Amino acid sequence: MKALYFAWVRERIGLAEEEIAPPRDVVTVRELIDWLSARDEGYAAAFANPATIRAALDKTHAAPDAPIGAAREIAFFPPMTGG
Amino acid sequence: MAPRPTPAVRVQAEDFDPGREQALLTGGRRDIGALVSFVGLCRDEDGALEALELEHYPGMAEAEIRRVADEALERWPLQGLTVIHRFGRIQPGEQIVLVLTAARHRADAFAAAAFLMDFLKTRAPFWKKERRADGAPGDWVSAKSEDDAAADRWR
Repeated sequence: MKALYFAWVRERIGLAEEEIAPPRDVVTVRELIDWLSARDEGYAAAFANPATIRAALDKTHAAPDAPIGAAREIAFFPPMTGG
Repeated sequence: MAPRPTPAVRVQAEDFDPGREQALLTGGRRDIGALVSFVGLCRDEDGALEALELEHYPGMAEAEIRRVADEALERWPLQGLTVIHRFGRIQPGEQIVLVLTAARHRADAFAAAAFLMDFLKTRAPFWKKERRADGAPGDWVSAKSEDDAAADRWR
């Protein structure tokens, strides 16, 4: 699936997007965050405070316990500051 | 009951003209009694801010604004609705966001405009980074708990 990163999540990871292939036992958004965090210190820094991370599955907001299911795109970003 | 209007939603780098958008919404209509226009501007934070860089999630930004607009149409009998949100570099004094709501009566137009802004701020995927006038590295604007509280009051 495609992973997208925005704002300071993007800056800390050092990538705007990438293809990821999580193992089958990664079921929820929260588990995917844990799996990505273990990759290196950039990911770990981006996801250090899970309370400040928002996620979207196929361009729709998703809660941490939401199953990733067959989503083709997941995005991670800080709380929004538009308007 | 009039058919539900289709919201006009645009996410763009270019500036917008509120007068033109208002004319597009009300042109040729005789049934509208109230039109509320809200424009969000970039303020200079007492001279400290040189510009804002607005990052957005293309595709989701439009989709999320449409979801919020549809929710407003569920709640209030609106006759027209326009939302424009800019992205990219925006300097103090420039426009960031436009919300237009039209209804038969002002209470519905005012309430729907306030609702749209409260939910755009907490749900539409935009992020502001500050460029400081003194050249120091600017930071990402933090989400405010007041904004969450403002959105929560509609639940």
